[in-house]
This record gives sequence, structure tokens and C-alpha cells, in this order.
Amino acid sequence: MRIKVQHRTTYLYDAPPSSIVQILRLTPRNYEGLQVRSWRIFLDHDANLVPGEDAFGNIIHTLSLNRALDDLTIGVEGEVETTDTGGVVKGAVERFPPGLYLRDTPLTHADDAIKAMAHDVIGAKEGLDGLHALLSTLHETLTFDGTRTDVKATAAEAWAAKGGVCQDYAHIFIAAARSMGIPARYVGGYMLRTDMQQQNAGHAWTEAYVPSLGWVGFDPANCISPTEAHIRVAMGLDYLGAAPVRGSQSGGAAEQLQVSVTVGQSRRQQQN
Amino acid sequence: MAFNEMLGSDGGVRAPYAGVSRWLESVNLDQLDRRRAEAELFYRRGGITFAVYGDTQGEERIIPFDIIPRILAGKEWNVLAKGLEQRVKALNLYLADIYSKQESLRAGIVPEELVWQNPAFRPEVTGVAVPHGVYVHIAGVDVVRIDENDFYVLEDNARTPSGVSYMLGGREICYRLMADLYGAHNIAPIDHYPDELFSTLCSVAPQRAGESPNVVILTPGQFNSAYYEHSFLADKMGVELVEGRDLFIRDDHVYMRTTEGPKRVDVIYRRVDDDFLDPLVFRPDSMLGVPGLFNCYAKGNVALANAIGTGAADDKAIYSHMPEIVKFFLGEEPILKNVPTWCCRKPDDLAYVLEHLSELVVKEVHGSGGYGMLVGPQADKAAIADFKNRLKANPANYIAQPTLALSSCPSFVEKGIAPRHVDLRPFVLTGANGVKIVPGGLTRVAMREGSLVVNSSQGGGTKDTWVIDL
Amino acid sequence: MLSRTADNLFWLSRYVERADYLARILEATSRLAMLPGAGDTAWASALITAGCYDAFKEIYGEPTTETAIEFLAFSDKNPSSIRRCLETARFNARAVRTALTVEMWETINGAWLELQKMNAKSFATGRSSQFTDWVKDISLRIDGSGHRTMLRNDAYWFTRLGFYIERADNTARILDVKYHILLPEASAVGGGIDYSQWAAILRSVNALTAYRWVYREELRPWLIADLLILKPELPRSLAACYGAIVTNLDSLSNAYGRHGKAQRVAQTIQTALQNTTIDGIFKIGLHEFLTKFIADNTKVGQAISDQYLA
Repeated sequence: MRIKVQHRTTYLYDAPPSSIVQILRLTPRNYEGLQVRSWRIFLDHDANLVPGEDAFGNIIHTLSLNRALDDLTIGVEGEVETTDTGGVVKGAVERFPPGLYLRDTPLTHADDAIKAMAHDVIGAKEGLDGLHALLSTLHETLTFDGTRTDVKATAAEAWAAKGGVCQDYAHIFIAAARSMGIPARYVGGYMLRTDMQQQNAGHAWTEAYVPSLGWVGFDPANCISPTEAHIRVAMGLDYLGAAPVRGSQSGGAAEQLQVSVTVGQSRRQQQN
Repeated sequence: MAFNEMLGSDGGVRAPYAGVSRWLESVNLDQLDRRRAEAELFYRRGGITFAVYGDTQGEERIIPFDIIPRILAGKEWNVLAKGLEQRVKALNLYLADIYSKQESLRAGIVPEELVWQNPAFRPEVTGVAVPHGVYVHIAGVDVVRIDENDFYVLEDNARTPSGVSYMLGGREICYRLMADLYGAHNIAPIDHYPDELFSTLCSVAPQRAGESPNVVILTPGQFNSAYYEHSFLADKMGVELVEGRDLFIRDDHVYMRTTEGPKRVDVIYRRVDDDFLDPLVFRPDSMLGVPGLFNCYAKGNVALANAIGTGAADDKAIYSHMPEIVKFFLGEEPILKNVPTWCCRKPDDLAYVLEHLSELVVKEVHGSGGYGMLVGPQADKAAIADFKNRLKANPANYIAQPTLALSSCPSFVEKGIAPRHVDLRPFVLTGANGVKIVPGGLTRVAMREGSLVVNSSQGGGTKDTWVIDL
Repeated sequence: MLSRTADNLFWLSRYVERADYLARILEATSRLAMLPGAGDTAWASALITAGCYDAFKEIYGEPTTETAIEFLAFSDKNPSSIRRCLETARFNARAVRTALTVEMWETINGAWLELQKMNAKSFATGRSSQFTDWVKDISLRIDGSGHRTMLRNDAYWFTRLGFYIERADNTARILDVKYHILLPEASAVGGGIDYSQWAAILRSVNALTAYRWVYREELRPWLIADLLILKPELPRSLAACYGAIVTNLDSLSNAYGRHGKAQRVAQTIQTALQNTTIDGIFKIGLHEFLTKFIADNTKVGQAISDQYLA
């Protein structure tokens, strides 16, 4: 499927910061489920934008600017061709063995409540069975609700709040899987939705390692395996490792953030 | 029975201590007491203080200094120094390996999970080349002595070991207050440590920095317990002592803000932990680091000492594999011994440890400063029961070792002169031109009778360490 | 030099100077408050001069001698009490101790250690002068040890700039709070209270004796304004402060080979002070003149900060 993505992030500063440094993980990388047709990042002000790669193989851009600005918009525009792989991730860049993805991080730390849930749900079930059981438990237990958590929420906090956004679903899934010795990781990207083209955020889901299959995607917020509607952009141990923008400013005052994401099927293909 | 470094095993005075023994017979306790008071005044005046974590009073304390020096004969030191050099070489080779080819993992030298799941392992620096392959520029290897010939490594501190300012301060006091004893020995000098440190740091600067790289020390600030040491070293090396907010990034290079405008920085001797170095890569809430620093580091535009991720080589679980690491990378037998270690993450080891808690020393894998440890033979029943629960709750967090009979040295304590247990932290520098160690190190002494805990945060003191020509 | 080091040195001096100024206000007001009929307003006026009247009222309501002294001298709730000023000064000093001489560090650190042992109760009512004398003595020692022991380089110049920017601000504020009793028509009112008020102003800038040496006549309000604003001989006059600010900024620009906004703005203020008379000032209005000066002085502080300290 050919999908077009437009993603704009605008920062409005009450008082302009004297300098800004950001790491952007906004560019997808080819694998069997996705081919990039065109992709570009644009800024509405002159700044340094240096491409690179992080240790996990994600494409990053380092944005830096040493000038005071009232606002800054980071835009992404691109088109990709996706293929349904039944959720199995093949041909992606793998820099680390699965064992690395058992690491504990503050955002994905499994507290006793999550450990107990994981133990109940996954128990002795092997491979995909356990992970599917986890997927449905999360779907049944959690309520999709942006008011229950904020962007800094940990898996434990979201599980206690019994809800959150896709990021929280992913963190809980990862925490539970890792606590049972299953390597799991966080994926950031976009998703084509039939119900809405205009979205106010990207999407997030997870991948877990199943020895017989390799890395397999799970989208806990939607209780499905990723399909050709999912555009995989970056992967890491948790949200922080795959965040579209990680930034820091010096000086200046509180920023307001406006995000708009448009994901649609390319017109050319719709006409076919 | 612990080895007494002055009296040896047969009760006769050992040769290195002949001078000290004679001197101790000639001085009276009042004289010693006066000298001790003067030494304390020296520390107070100079503000050579440290803060104790968890001390709500925020008081600035001084570490007790015991004026009676500890003596090592040159030939003893030479063996020790060779062992330290070997050990630190192996640490560096091991780190270079786990952050690149990971051959030691494939060869099964270290269990994989001790790398991949080690909190101090930093996947982010995998593939990042460090200048001259040096990761641990400054190591503080804690060594204890058991008898005439056996030195054991207790801990490899490869992150940001501290204490060197106390080593140098102790020597300064001995110059001033112990002239009689000092003059009677031929003591290997240590005063050039700051110069050696400076040249070590310069040697790993990026090439474009040229002849005189700009070296700085990065401190978390004046509330850090080792702030005095940071300012002391900056002063002795003649470099700036900076905080994160003094630095900024432009075009992938690090600059410091000066009254004359931005000045490029080439080497950062950082006394800030990995977690806090760059909020864009590590802890996002860090206010102590520099946003974007990691990127400059990964591009080789600035050198960090120690490198990021060195903690992956010095935790107490990796420690138990050090003899194999030395053999694998250097093809040599380890010169320094390793204390037998039970890793509680292994069920068999855990079972043994739970059985024998009252005989063992139990430590947290990532602990330091003597916090969170149990000294079995000296613990009461409640403490042992408490540790049993902790061990069962999180076994992988603990290791256990036999209670070593740390050697003792004559020390001046309230009751007069009596033996007290000591360890030794030599500081090992590694730069582009190899390893340098100033002779001796910081001797830490457990001032309480019978105590085996030498950490300053637990009431330990320090002594000057003399390596004498013998 | 690191910008932060310069910043610490600059603020170290400013806080020491501020503590000294507060001590003088305390002392002058204590005297004034003992006069019949003057006590009621004296402490309110002192709190306004110190810039903390609103904060005070919120906690204590109407000032009394005890509460005002406690607040100005010791209170932790007042971010610019003398105690807090000295603590902040010591904090700045500790951050840059290698840039200070041993003498300076020991003076500041010693003062801080002594301060730990003091509180309002250490000084019985009516004996606050013991404390204010101690504070004045400390500031003299810090100023003196810096003057006698520091190398004449940028570190020294930044400490001096801190002293003088703060001092100019303080002098201008004292005048501004009291300007109504300094207007020429006020002399017609005259009377004992006014005389005491005038004397209090001079005391708070250490200039009562100096006044007599300069003018050799009884206290006249416009001459007091003249002395405190335009007389370069008086170390706390605005003219004297700006003479020193310009000199120290010039030393910096010579050493660094760069002349910037701070130098330009300071020079403009100095020239204006040199070219005006007290009559000219009363013509535009004393209050208006002082308001503008305080704003200009803040601009110089900001320019120094932008140019060197940020």
C-alpha cells in the first residue's frame, strides 16, 4: 500500500530560548515491510540539520540552532510503500542480539502489579500464545484515555491508572513481556486510519522476540498485529529511545507544542 | 588472624617498618596528639571536606587522617604495580571488545546477560570509537593484602574513582609534620600526579586540538560530595572547573562560555555519571550535563575521560570473571588475585550464600561507598534476617565474598598506637602512551577496632602510603 | 575566564555590598525610631528602602522595631535579609574559591561560620548595633582583603564592578524613598524631625561627617542630594560609583581587546552625571531623575551580564 505522511511539530515559545538542540527520529528505514519512496524533513528557520544513525540503527537528525526564535516548526513529508508481513519484522537493521531487549529501563520497569499480571496471563504459554494473551488482557483492562497519563508516565503508573495512550500500552506490554524473560521493544511510527486522516500524534506499538519467528510486532492500543497500515520509523528500549523529537533548550520560557499528523493513502493508488 | 604489616607473622619487625618501629618507640603520645591536631587543622583550613549522603545537616566533614604512614617496600610495590597495569589493560581491552566486536561474549568468557542486561552497559556507545582505544583513563583499583605475598583486588573502580586529593593531601601533611620520620626514609614521590593526569588527558585529545588541547574538569557542582577534589585537581592542573551549564554545543563541537566569548573544549575529565551527561541520550531530566554532548563525543570531536559506559567493566558480577578476562585478552596469568565471589543470581550460589550469611560479606552488584553491604561475622541476627529477605527478593543485585582478613598497620587511635585494618587504592592512569601509576596510593584505614569497613562514608580514615627504596 | 566564574565574582560582591547597605539602613533607622513621633513610619520607610515592604507586610502586618530588625537582619523568609545576603555571597565564593585569594576566602568563610551561631535573640533590643557593626566590619574586611591581595586582572575587575553597580543602586534607592524630604521647598518646613531624617540619610551612606567636610555648613536637603549624586569625592555618590564602573569596564575592554555595549552605556551615564548640576536635576524632578538612573544602572548590569557573564 502506498501511504503519504505529513507531520508537523510546532513549538511556540513564550520567551525565546537562546539555543535549541534536538535529536529527531523522524525518518523510516527500509525493511521487508516498508520501502521509502520519498521522505524529507523541513524547517521553517535556518538551522543545522545533520543526519546520522544511532546505536540501534535508527536514522537520526541532529538539529541545532544558536539563535533566539519565537517559534519553530519541524515538518516531515513523505511517501512509503508498505507490505503486510503478518506482523513479522524481516530485513530490519539489527545491531543487538535479542538479549539486549530484556534490559530494564525506568519507563518500562515492571513493578509487582505488572509482574503478577504477566505471570497470570503469560504463565507457561509459549511463544505467540503468551503474547497474544497479553495483547487481549491489555485491551480488556485498559481504557484508551489521554487524560490518565502524561508523556513521562511509566508502565507502572499507566497500569495503576488502568489506561493511557498508545505509548502507555506499549510500555506496559514491554514491561510485562520482559518480566517473563521475553525480549521486547518499543516502536514509534505512524498508522493509516480509515476513521481519521487528521491525527494529533504519531503512533506507537511494540515488537517482541519469538525464537521460532524472530521479531514480531504487536499493537496493544489496537489489539492487533501491525499491518500494512503501520509505518515503522524508529525502535528502542522505550519511548525515549524512539521518540520522534528529543530536545533541550537553554534559556527562554515554557514552550507550547502543536502537533498535526496527516496519514492518507496516496491518491495515485486510490485511483487505480 | 590478620597479617600485621609491621610485625609480620612471626612477631619480629618486618624490614620495611624498621624505621617506623624505631620512631614509634621514640615519640610520646602527646607529641603524636599534637601532630594529629595540626593535621586536622590543615584539612579544616583548606576546606578539604566531603559531604556525606543522607546527612541532613549538609555538614562539610573532614576525613580523619592517621599520621602514621603505611610502608611498602619498593620490590613489593613493583609486583603490585605490574599487576595493576595488567588488570587495567585487561579492563580497557574488555570494554573495547564489548562495545565493538564482542568476541569475549562469543568465546563465553562472560555470560551474555552480564553485558546486555547490565545497567552500566550503554548500548548507545556501541560502535563509537574512542581515542587510542582507551576507555578507563583513571582507575582506582582497591587492593587488600592478606599476607606477606598475597594481594587481592577487591574492586575495580572504572567510573569516576575519587580520593586522589586525599592521597596528595596526606603526603603534604607528612612533609610538614613528620619531617623526622620522613627524612629517615627514601620515599618515592607522588607529587607529580596532577602532571601525569594532565598529560594523560592531553594524550587522548582529538588530533585537530594540536599541541595544547583545552582540557576541563566537569563537576556536578558544589553540592557533590567530592567537589573539593574536583576544584583541587582543576587548580593543580591549571584547567577550568566547569559545570554543565558552562558548556554548550555548536556545530558538533563543545564550547565553554568565557568572558571573552566561546572557547572550544577538547578533553573533558568528567566527574559526572553517565546517566547525567546528556539529557538527549541518557536521563532526560538531567540538569548536570550538556544537551548534544553525546553527538560530539560519538563524532570524535571531544574526548571524555573516563569514556561513557566503563561501568560495564567494574561491577561486582563482572569482577568474578576478571581472571578469565585477563587471560583471554592478554594471554597471561593474572598477577593479582581475585577474591572468590558467589554471584547470587546463580541459584546454587544463592543457596550457599543464604546458608553461610554469618561468615560472608554481601555487597550490592552496583553499590559503592560501603553502603548497603553486610559484614556477616559482625552483623547481629536482625541484620542477617533483613539481608536474607533482600537477597531472596532480588538475588541478582548481590554478590557475596568470604570475609577477608585485611592486613593491619600501626595506627594512632584514641587509646594510643594499635593495629587497624587497611586497604589500598592506587590510581592507575592510561593514556595514548600507556599506563602510569604514581607509587603508592590512598591507604584507607578502618579506625574502629576490628572493623573491616574502610569507606570514608562509614567512618574510615586515610594514611599516607610510602613506597620506600628497599 | 569562565563566564560563570565572572558571574559568581560579580554577585559575590553585590551581595556583600547589599548586606553592608542593609546594615547601615538598620542602624540609621534604629536611631530615627527612637525619636518621639518618628518611630511609626521609620521602619516602614526602611523596609521600603530595602525593597521588601510588601513581603514583610504579608508575614507581619505593621512593622515594629523587633519584627523589622528580625526580618531585615535574620529572616530566612526574606531572600534579601542580611543573613541570606551573606549566605549567598559565601555560596558564590565557594563556587569560585580558586579564583579568590586565600585571604578573601577565609574572610568570607569565617563570616559565614560566625553567622551560623547568630540569630535575632543574640542581640537584645536596642543592641542591634552590635550586629550591624559586625556586618560593616565583615564587608570592610572582604573589600579590603580583595583590594590588598587580588591580582589586578579580570577577576578583580568583576568583583569591583559588582560592588559599584550595587552601591549605585543602593544610593539611588535611599534618595528616591526620601526624595520628598529633600525637595527645596521642604526646607521651609524644617524642624527637628526633618533634620534627623536628613542625618539618617547621610548616616546610611556613611557620609554625615563627609558632608561637613565638603560643605562646611548645616544640613541643607539639596546639598545632601548634591553630595550623594554628583560629588565624585564621596565614595558612595552616583558620580563616584560611575567613575569606578567606567574605569573597571575599560580595564576589561583593554585586556580582552573588545569594547562593547556595557562600556558604551556606562560611559553615557558617567558623562551625563559630569555634565549636570543639582539645579538641573531638581528642574526635571528628583524622583524622575532617580527613577531613570535606577533603570539605566540596571541596564548597565544587564549589559555586563550579556557581554561577559552569560
